[in-house]
This record gives sequence, structure tokens and C-alpha cells, in this order.
Amino acid sequence: MSPMNNPQDLNPSSLKSRFTTRFLRALTKINGQKPISSSSPREMFQRYRRIKVAADKSMAWSVRSRRTWSRAMLWKLRSRYSCRQASSSRRSSVRTSTIIKSRQAKTSHEKENKNTTTGQDEVGFVVQADKLRKLVPGGEAMDLCNLLGETAHYIKCLTTQVQVMRKIAHFYSL
Amino acid sequence: MSSRRSRSRQSGGSRITDDQINDLVIKLQQLLPEIRNRHSDKVSAAKVLQETCNYIRSLHREVDDLSERLSELLATTDNAQAAIIRSLLMQ
Repeated sequence: MSPMNNPQDLNPSSLKSRFTTRFLRALTKINGQKPISSSSPREMFQRYRRIKVAADKSMAWSVRSRRTWSRAMLWKLRSRYSCRQASSSRRSSVRTSTIIKSRQAKTSHEKENKNTTTGQDEVGFVVQADKLRKLVPGGEAMDLCNLLGETAHYIKCLTTQVQVMRKIAHFYSL
Repeated sequence: MSSRRSRSRQSGGSRITDDQINDLVIKLQQLLPEIRNRHSDKVSAAKVLQETCNYIRSLHREVDDLSERLSELLATTDNAQAAIIRSLLMQ
């Protein structure tokens, strides 16, 4: 993997640059919050969670709302955040909206199942497609064509994310 | 993919043909590291999806591992600021 050879990376508006800038900013913030001396397991876990959320959020923000999966992820992160901060009344409204969303997903899922006819390959395909839906954010409510397209973009973004995180970890360990 | 049935009966009035889906599956296949190296055209769509699921899961795991590693490094390193500036410059 030699990302430095790719001229596209030097482009300041490339996905990689946008993600790196945001993620580094978030890391600096996380680093500044806690004193370095405290390293109890609970704090380590909290920091790990914060970093992971920062990575996912940075990637979703770098894509903005151009993709269904990034919109779904931002919605999920925002609702989780408001869940933690808000009172119980707000929490129940978030719960109802997730119930509505899952009900919509269920009906679209049933429609897909009705149209598949016999054939072992078809069945295997639909089973795998359902598994894929659970992995891609927002996948439950997508039709098959969109799901495949979103998956391709999601994989591209995930590999970029992993690449950048690996590089940062390498720099930190120097 | 044996059938050539068009899935015009799908809901919403959108005619998603098998060819369209085939194209998308082939595009996905190009992204997967293992299947791409095998140069075999006989990979079924279900297999491509299965490999895609496995690949996404492994990427998620890698993100988790890297996050954990970064949290440990954040805790131990004392020249974190310098490292950040360095990595910014390397971009």
C-alpha cells in the first residue's frame, strides 16, 4: 500500500484529505480532554469508544449527505447523542421513530421476498443480500440496486478510513 | 446467474433488470481483494455478496482494533502533538 504515489491524495478536497483533517481534529480534542496519567480500563474503553465514534463520524461527515449510508449513519449518531443527553420524554420519541423506521424496513423487505421465485442461487442471493443490509448503515430500507451501489461506496470509504487510521497509529508509535 | 427474468414485477414501478444487478455485482467484485486476484468469471452473485459481507465485517474489526490501538497510544505517548503535526504535514 503506497498511498503517497497517488496524486489524488494531494488534492485537499479528496475524501482522504477531508477525513484525515476531521479525524485528526477530533483526536486532538479527545487527547486534550483527559489527563494522560489516568489509564484505568474503564477510561481506556471510553477513549476507545470515543475514537471509534469520531472515526465513523468523520467519515460520514466527509461524505456529507451525498450517500444514503452516510445520511443513515449521521442520523444514527445524532439520535444516539440526543438519547444520551436528553430527558426520558425525548428518549421515547426517538424510540417511536426507530420503531416506525423498522416497520418501513420490514414492509420493503417483505415485498422483496414476494418477488423471488424458486432457484437455489436466488435464495442464496437474497439471504446474503439481507445479511448485507444489516452491515451497511441504512441498508434495511434500500432496494437491491441502491444497496449494491451504496455497498461499493461504503467499502471504498471504509478502506480509506482504515488506511488513514493505520498511518496515524504508525506516526503515534514512532 | 442463469435466469434472464426481468424483475419488472418489483414494487414501486422501478424496472430493475437482472443485467443491471449483474453489472452492480461485477462492480462489487472488483472491490474485493480476494476474488479480484482469482481472475475467475464463474463466481456466483451469492458468493460475491457473501465475500462482501465478510470483507465489511473484517474492515469493521480492523477499525475497532485501530481505535483501540490509538486509544492506547494516546494514553502513553507524550509527544502526541508533535505526531499530529507531523502527520498533517505528511498529507
